[in-house]
Amino acid sequence: MKRKWSLLASLTALVVFLTGCEPLLVLDPKGPQAARQASDIMLSIYIMAGIVIVVMAILVYVLWKYRASKLPADYEPPHVEGNIWVEAICVGIPVIIVAVLSFVSVKSNYIVESTPQGYEDQEPLVVYASSSDWKWHFSYPEQGIETVNYLYIPADRPIEFKLYSFGSITSFWIPQLGGQKYAMADMVTTLHLAADAPGEFVGRNANFSGKGFAENTFNVTAMTQADFDEWVEEVHETADPITEDEFETLLEPGHLGQMTFTGTHLDFSPAPEHNHHSEEDSSEHDQHETHETHEETDHAHH
Amino acid sequence: MEFFQRFAIPHPSPAIYASMVAIALVSIGIVVGLTYFKKWGYLWREWLTTVDHKKIGIMYLLSAILMLFRGGADAIMMRAQLATPEAKLLDAQHYNEIFTTHGVVMIIFMAMPFIFAFMNLIVPLQIGARDVAFPRLNALSFWLFFFGAMLFNISFVVGGSPDAGWTSYFPLAGNDFSTSVGTNYYMIAIQISGIGSLMTGINMITTILKMRAPGMKLMQMPMFTWSAFIANVIIVFAFPVLTVALIMGTTDRLFGTNFFTTGNGGMDMLWANFFWVWGHPEVYILILPAFGLYSEIISTFSSRNLYGYKSMVASMVIISLLSFLVWTHHFFTMGQGALTNSIFSITTMAISVPTGVKIFNWLFTMWKGKIRFTVPMLYSIGFIPLFVIGGVTGVMLAMSAADYQYHNTMFLVAHFHNAIIPGVVFAMLAGLTYYWPKFFGFMLNEKIGKSTFWLLSIGFVLAFFPMYITGLDGQARRMYTYSEATGFGPLNMVSFFGAGLMALGFVTIVWNIYYSFKNSPRDIGSDPWDARSLEWATHTPVPVYNFARMPQVNSSEAFWDSKKKGHQLFKGEYQEIHMPNNSGVPFVMSAIFFVAGFSFVFALWVPAVIALIGIFICMGLRSFELDHGYHIHVEEIEETEKKLGGAK
Repeated sequence: MKRKWSLLASLTALVVFLTGCEPLLVLDPKGPQAARQASDIMLSIYIMAGIVIVVMAILVYVLWKYRASKLPADYEPPHVEGNIWVEAICVGIPVIIVAVLSFVSVKSNYIVESTPQGYEDQEPLVVYASSSDWKWHFSYPEQGIETVNYLYIPADRPIEFKLYSFGSITSFWIPQLGGQKYAMADMVTTLHLAADAPGEFVGRNANFSGKGFAENTFNVTAMTQADFDEWVEEVHETADPITEDEFETLLEPGHLGQMTFTGTHLDFSPAPEHNHHSEEDSSEHDQHETHETHEETDHAHH
Repeated sequence: MEFFQRFAIPHPSPAIYASMVAIALVSIGIVVGLTYFKKWGYLWREWLTTVDHKKIGIMYLLSAILMLFRGGADAIMMRAQLATPEAKLLDAQHYNEIFTTHGVVMIIFMAMPFIFAFMNLIVPLQIGARDVAFPRLNALSFWLFFFGAMLFNISFVVGGSPDAGWTSYFPLAGNDFSTSVGTNYYMIAIQISGIGSLMTGINMITTILKMRAPGMKLMQMPMFTWSAFIANVIIVFAFPVLTVALIMGTTDRLFGTNFFTTGNGGMDMLWANFFWVWGHPEVYILILPAFGLYSEIISTFSSRNLYGYKSMVASMVIISLLSFLVWTHHFFTMGQGALTNSIFSITTMAISVPTGVKIFNWLFTMWKGKIRFTVPMLYSIGFIPLFVIGGVTGVMLAMSAADYQYHNTMFLVAHFHNAIIPGVVFAMLAGLTYYWPKFFGFMLNEKIGKSTFWLLSIGFVLAFFPMYITGLDGQARRMYTYSEATGFGPLNMVSFFGAGLMALGFVTIVWNIYYSFKNSPRDIGSDPWDARSLEWATHTPVPVYNFARMPQVNSSEAFWDSKKKGHQLFKGEYQEIHMPNNSGVPFVMSAIFFVAGFSFVFALWVPAVIALIGIFICMGLRSFELDHGYHIHVEEIEETEKKLGGAK
């Protein structure tokens, strides 16, 4: 047994050594949502480590005390059916732990699903992030800008991402700003994020989507609102407008570098917003109409 | 020419061509060997047509071990590809095919037959029955599984392997994005073996409810039988969902329906829901029998009765109910909102409570026991801390807000391997070592067995613990490569090293079987481990009728009572034993299923229709067949019993 534990100890040391240089992305949050998730993760790691240690301690004690080589040859283990109190404790303590974690979990669910805490008084910037094989298209309807494979956002301002896909299910993930959410072809999902300070982050599609999945990444730059406004102006001066034909070629399967356009593809290829959880109250009739337009664009693909 | 084009590999490589040659050579070798040694008749009479649960169990066992090596080869290739950044060993397409087949093979064609092997081998013996309730159906179950597995396994040399992940999410798995026949193989091969699983479920439930030895009440069944019973109830409820989902997926791909497409009213999210409504209970179908085996083994090698029998049963019943109420946790990130996520977060965490009860009961079973560190016991002891780590990381994943960060990452991959390898694979190896003498008449070598255990345990820790860290560092699963800048390199190298140790461990199992076959003594008696339940009360090797006289039972440890408390297990005179006849129909019918499946995969409608008619003819033949089985006469029983060393 000793050999096993010393091995485990040296292993842990090795892991600490290998990873000690830099903090892990998820545990190095740069925005309120990621911070909430990181604190949940650390809390659960501590509680779970406690459980593992208790179980291991009991196991080692029992194995040590009741190993056959140590007991007299005529020792006959007793017949024990079980004890209601012992079993009640074995149920009770886990129930308490689960209750605590459930409380935290439910609270966090509502936090990560709404405007980031501390940013409620600001108007969120709406960005449509849509994926196609194997690229990300970012549309800024307010600014009238579209980018491919890179994302500029103002720091210190809530961002509301509207996610959807032009094909397979993908998952939009910027680990340091917050957890991921799926982008799908038949509905729009919403992800609330914010960056606390300017900085550069990695983002990627986390959900397997075929051959080009591994390289399906994008860069995120958070900057001051002033820098962001300046960038928007610059794009309007220098970039070409996006056309329907050009957008069609962008959708072809493959990889692209970073690109910038004025205008957004939402004008001629709107997002599939006839979803089942849409917060906006749209009438039955409206939903039907969007659905038809979507079908038409769908046919245009073939 | 165009007709034959479709059977070609869409994405060939030298390794695949080498495999083709190897498959051809091995097949020729088997045919030549059987002919040369004149074993065709033996194979047909003793194995292909058998309805004996023990032989069927052994065939399940061999298939599972074979598939373990196939899935393991996939695993090693993946770990090798990811060991260094920007490696060129595999390209994206091959990597995608390999992780897809790894998942399907390990769950459907390795773990499932492994648990079916033990259910077949052990359940009838533990309840004192002569066979399962429907022996011929049992043979059909096995052959459907077997031909399903074969159909899936030829995919990589005929037409191309599936490449949309073992979860096969639509629309990726639809015709637009998966153009090769690979996903057809997935849909149809799993369907065929799934029918077999469902039949086993019905068969085992009936067996356990109707064929227990005189006096054995439900609450006196050995724990493995209980676990098998509950697992089979889950099978009967969960597998029809898979069956329907696969039919819908098949018609989407072959007949242009729109169940899971994104246009024309289809809904891709429906597949994810169906898949996991089956997929999550499936996890418990695998783990509950494993828990059952651990219960038997820990109790035997602690020389103590199982602590908290009633709460063990109750916790399994609760787990089986909860297993159907948690499927959404596989896609917390699909955007169903905070309320839905909260509900499924709580139900998921709730499962940890009955599971925790079982862990404590095993610990208390060892408490005041007399613990012998045999190989099966080592696996069971190693299982406890490793599985607890797998379990608590599951609780972490159940926290839905935090899951947005774990989902689709190596953290998740580490978690489920951490649950399945110490949970299921260790149990299967423990069970293999524990029950080996009962069915093969000699013990596996303890020394080699112990080195296998250490190789697998250390290899496991090295292979999977680093993934927790790279997952939290942002390494998504299913990526065929990563850049050096990500910093994932060193830990992935550690993983590869661990996977290598595990591979070595699995090779030592084969070496152990060979070595023990050559060297182990054959006079081991019928109860080599000093065990407690009925399967050890009959001879080794077990005679075809299992028990010459039906055992009389009045506790959950009737055999232990007969050894220690003078309980009389076998009473009365020998009587004629009624046994079922062998039948070739299950084998033939399943072979026709294979032809039908293959035809469906390639949309060859004429052979598909002919094969389907063939299947119905087989069923019709069975309906009109008069087969009353045969009787073993008293003199014959007496003779067999004498030969096996004393009456039982």
